[in-house]
Amino acid sequence: MPERNTILPRSWTRRLPALMVLLAGLLGAAAASAADRLAIGYLALERDARYDARRVELRNLAQPRGPAMAGAEVALRESRVIGRRLGLSFELDQASGRDADQLLEALEGQYASGVRFFLIDAPGEIVAMLASATRGRELLLFNVSAPEDVLRQEQCEAHLLHTVPNHAMRADAIAQYLVSRSWRNVLLLRGPLEDDARLAAAFENAARRFGLRIVNQREFVLSNDPRLRDQGNVALLTGGVDHDVVFVADADGEFARGVPYATVRPRPVVGAEGLAALAWHWSWDRHGAPQLSGRLERQAARRMAEPDWAAWIAVKAVVEAVQRTESADFGVLSSFIRGDEIILDGFKGNRLSFREWDNQLRQPMLLATHNAVIARAPIEGFLHQHNNMDTLGFDRRDSRCTPAGK
Amino acid sequence: MNLRKTATSILLALGLALPAAGALAERTGYLFVSSENDNAVSVLDGNTYALIKTIPTGERPRDMKFTHDRSQLFVLASRDDRVDVIDLATLEVTHSIDTGDDPEMIDFSADGRYFYVSNEDDALVSVIDIEAREVIHEIEVGEEPEGILVSPDGKWLYVASEVANMIHVIDTSNHETVADIVVGNRPRRFAATPDGAEVWVTNELSGSVSILDGGQHVLKDTIVFEPRGFRAEEVTPVGITMTRDGKTAYVTLGRANHFAVVDVASRAVKDYVLVGSRAWGVALNRDETRLFVVNGLSDDLSIVDTANNRVLRSVPVGRVPHTVVIDD
Repeated sequence: MPERNTILPRSWTRRLPALMVLLAGLLGAAAASAADRLAIGYLALERDARYDARRVELRNLAQPRGPAMAGAEVALRESRVIGRRLGLSFELDQASGRDADQLLEALEGQYASGVRFFLIDAPGEIVAMLASATRGRELLLFNVSAPEDVLRQEQCEAHLLHTVPNHAMRADAIAQYLVSRSWRNVLLLRGPLEDDARLAAAFENAARRFGLRIVNQREFVLSNDPRLRDQGNVALLTGGVDHDVVFVADADGEFARGVPYATVRPRPVVGAEGLAALAWHWSWDRHGAPQLSGRLERQAARRMAEPDWAAWIAVKAVVEAVQRTESADFGVLSSFIRGDEIILDGFKGNRLSFREWDNQLRQPMLLATHNAVIARAPIEGFLHQHNNMDTLGFDRRDSRCTPAGK
Repeated sequence: MNLRKTATSILLALGLALPAAGALAERTGYLFVSSENDNAVSVLDGNTYALIKTIPTGERPRDMKFTHDRSQLFVLASRDDRVDVIDLATLEVTHSIDTGDDPEMIDFSADGRYFYVSNEDDALVSVIDIEAREVIHEIEVGEEPEGILVSPDGKWLYVASEVANMIHVIDTSNHETVADIVVGNRPRRFAATPDGAEVWVTNELSGSVSILDGGQHVLKDTIVFEPRGFRAEEVTPVGITMTRDGKTAYVTLGRANHFAVVDVASRAVKDYVLVGSRAWGVALNRDETRLFVVNGLSDDLSIVDTANNRVLRSVPVGRVPHTVVIDD
């Protein structure tokens, strides 16, 4: 029977010299010792509001527990024996900056030293700026924490990959779950932020796609001002119209914290609180998840959350490409990472790969409460002609991604 | 056979222990199934499949192996970081031996003096002296070591690293790693041909088996499983066993709820057989007329007639059954 993976090595030792030559060529200008090292850049925004200590302490359901770097470090540790066999040491070159300009400068510096793969842990607008400033270059950027749909659609770039799920994937996962429960009538509460509008729009799309009815959409504000009480009071916001479930579109999370158990009718809350769709949750306990979460806990002295997973799988994608192709050539590695032959093990039970049309990593979503994973999407019964994971987020026909040079 | 069992039952009923030390112990004819969520091993009659006894163990019992003299069954209690030793005559845990953190799979050295366990959380393999009841050596391997196998001649220890997609080949005489072999994704468990010339390992995420050359320590062949009606990502091979003549291999396909029957020489998949939900653990009885498959998500045991690969019946067992072995 033919091998599925035609690049599986038969004898590494025979090819070792070839790899060293390739490595030396790739790293050309770098120090001679660089031949046994493959560095992955890690660029993080300083004082990133998303990791603000107070926000993290509040532990809103969908918020990260800390910078994604910890996940990258765990993946790096996992790559040790792979590197041992290749005579290669995988490393992380960390840099940070206060804004997009500083981050770009750091990226240029690392690029000059031979780095070709970069993880970006920054808000969406900075990811977009870095991606457009590096267009056409021989490098790949991995977005590990920006969920904005537009980065996968109009602002997509050929060299920008996304390991963190986008808003549409989350909204679709929740919609599938609500359909599976027959909770079809949804009251949508939307905050005043631009991000809130994006979350609400993604959910409206998902509702249309999966046949949910949004019975009413109401805007909330965080205020005790009596003149704004219609918008600040959960009881007033959830009264009047019957519904099966409340969806809260709240990127900040502060308002959403107070919605469960404060509704007029006894109705479950989903979205930013109650039940959220996430790439990872520490309580997920299948497919080796407890071991991975345990490694992250030992690494960072905190529980594992979504950005950690996204950074972890991004590093794994690079390591997997090196292991399977036995190459250090950027073109070979880059096309393997984006091709359909790659099998990434995300510890969520499925083999993962990047969508060809928008570079988004297809993956199951975990529907989690604060301390349990209730379901994994795609929910059973939601089928797709090629890959059921493509029922979450932008399928090929939904894609508006037409990057220059792609 | 029946007499022997009856005798055992009578002795058990009288609360007497059969002398086990020294010579080969009498076979009980019992099936043993470890249940991860019940913290127990179920003992079933090998003919009627009636429940004989439930033996409480440490938390999350997983892999099990008989000692070479068949007097004891070693059960890994993963969450308690130890192995519980069941005396086959009394069907009770006589003592426990500490392993490393989170042991998952076990095998014995050829001389029966040591056992090896993979410690998932520590990226280590522990070498444990059975008589001294202590860890005498630790071998560093890739993250999340899972399957573990001592070659038939006892010279090599094979360890599968789930995360590194590698098989480590370790020289049992000095515990040195002599080869790291890249296989498919998420390698899980092993079977070897009786002469040790081929070592087979299941790749859960690749839906395949990698066949290693036991002499050269290199990848020799790959078999991809493609049961009809399933997509590649639904085929997740985990359990594997081989007939004693090394001619036929049985591979459980996890999510695909089937097992595959493979002709070892030609690599041809001869049959796909439907069993229960998430089929993992698999074992043959002594005369190889019956194959037992435990189904982790339907909490049952499928009993298969190997003459025609038909499932004869399914028997409920404990919650999340992990491994099945038979002492016949």
